[in-house]
Amino acid sequence: MEKIILHLLSEIRPEFDFSESSNFIAEGLLDSFDIVQLVTALDEAYNISIDGLDILPENFSNLEAIKATLIKNGATT
Amino acid sequence: MNLKFRNKKISGILTVLPENEVKFDDEIDNYNFSKSQSMKLKLVMGYDKRRIVIGGTTASDLCVYGMNYLFDQNLLHKDEIDVLILVTQSPDYFMPPTSHVIHGQLDLKQDMICMDINQGCSGYVVGLNQAFMLLEHEEINKVVLLNADVLSPKVSKRDRNSNPIIGDGASITIVENDASGKAIFSAVKVDGKGSEALIIPAGGFRTPSTSETAEPREDDAGNFRALDHLKMKGDDVFNFVQREVPPMIEGLLLKADLDKEDIDYYMFHQPNRFMLRKLADKIGVPYEKMPNNIVENFGNSSGVSIPTTITYNLGDKLLKDSFLICMAGFGTGLNWASLVMNLEKLQFCELINYK
Repeated sequence: MEKIILHLLSEIRPEFDFSESSNFIAEGLLDSFDIVQLVTALDEAYNISIDGLDILPENFSNLEAIKATLIKNGATT
Repeated sequence: MNLKFRNKKISGILTVLPENEVKFDDEIDNYNFSKSQSMKLKLVMGYDKRRIVIGGTTASDLCVYGMNYLFDQNLLHKDEIDVLILVTQSPDYFMPPTSHVIHGQLDLKQDMICMDINQGCSGYVVGLNQAFMLLEHEEINKVVLLNADVLSPKVSKRDRNSNPIIGDGASITIVENDASGKAIFSAVKVDGKGSEALIIPAGGFRTPSTSETAEPREDDAGNFRALDHLKMKGDDVFNFVQREVPPMIEGLLLKADLDKEDIDYYMFHQPNRFMLRKLADKIGVPYEKMPNNIVENFGNSSGVSIPTTITYNLGDKLLKDSFLICMAGFGTGLNWASLVMNLEKLQFCELINYK
C-alpha cells in the first residue's frame, strides 16, 4: 500500500520526495487541490470512494494517515 | 425547515447564457501554478469551457433578452404575469431593485408584485419556494421566477480557486397553479455563522471600494485577488456540502415517502465535477442520475446552475415526458435547500444564447 501511495504522490508532485517528509501539508508538499487529485487517484487505484467527510488535510498529512484513511474507506492491501 | 406544497407546477424553463466563451487552457498562464498541475486539476474538477459576459452586460440584460424571447414566441404573455421574482447576487444597482428595472424595460402592468431576493447557489430552490408560497394567494395565478448572476467581473483572473469555474447566466421559470399537481416537498436550512465562506469583502456599505480594496494580494495558496473580488474558502465549502447535503436529501426523501431509487434525476447545483461525484457516492446514486457536466461546458452560474442542468440535460424530453426530480442548491450564506417534485410536459425547456 505504501509503495502505491508514494507512486501516486510522486505523479501529482514529482518535484518532492515524499518518503523524506513527516507532514506533507505543513511542509508544503501538498495543497488542497493536490489532495483532490490524490483522492481521485486513490479512489481509482483501490476501487473505492473515499467519503467526502474524510477529505481533510490531516487525513493526508503523511503515509500513515493516508493508509488509515484508505483502510477506513474499504481499501485492502 | 420542511415545507410542503400542493397544486403547483413548473410550466416552462428557459436558460439564457452569454454567447462569449472562454477556455481554461487559454487562461492557464494567469495562474501562479505549474501548467502540468493545472492540467491535472482540469480533468478532476471538470474545468474546460465557460460562458461569461462581456461589454458590461448585466443581470437585467440577460433577463430582458430571455423574457422578450418568450413574448416573441408566444410562450408567455405580459398580462398574465402576477409576480416577478429576481434572485441574484449581482444586481444592476444597489437601488432600485433590479426586478423593477426589468419590469420597466418590459413595460409590464402596474398591478403585480415585483421583488429581488439576494441568494446564491441555493437561489433556484429558494426562489421556487417563494413562488409556491405566493401562489397560495387566490389572486396570484402565474409567477415568473428569474435567476440571474453575472459574477465573472467580480472574480480575479489570477484566482485558480474561483476563476476556472465561474460562469454567468440567467434563467426564467414559469410557476403556476395546477389543480391536479402532485405534492411538492422541500427542505431549507441556513447557517449564517458561515457567511464569510463565500464573500465579496468590499464594495458594500461595510467596506466601500477604494483603491486599496482594488489592489490584488497573494494568498497562502498563491492566488492573487483583491478585497473587491469574490473570495471562496474552498475547503470550508467542500466540507460543509459533504456534511450537510446528504442528510438533508435523506430527510427530504423520508418526508416525501420516497426511496432514492424513485427519483429519476438529481439536478443539483454545479460547483465542480469532483464535489458532485463525491455527493453522488455519499447519497448512493449513480453518476448518470446526477449530471455533473455544467461546469465543463458553461461554468458555475450560482442560482442559474440547476435550471441550466435541467435544460441542457433534459431539454425536449421534458416537453412530452414526466420525471421525478430532486433539486438541491448549496453555497453562500451558508444556505442549503432541496426540493422534490414532478416535472412534466413543460411548455418550453430550452437553452438559448444571449447575443
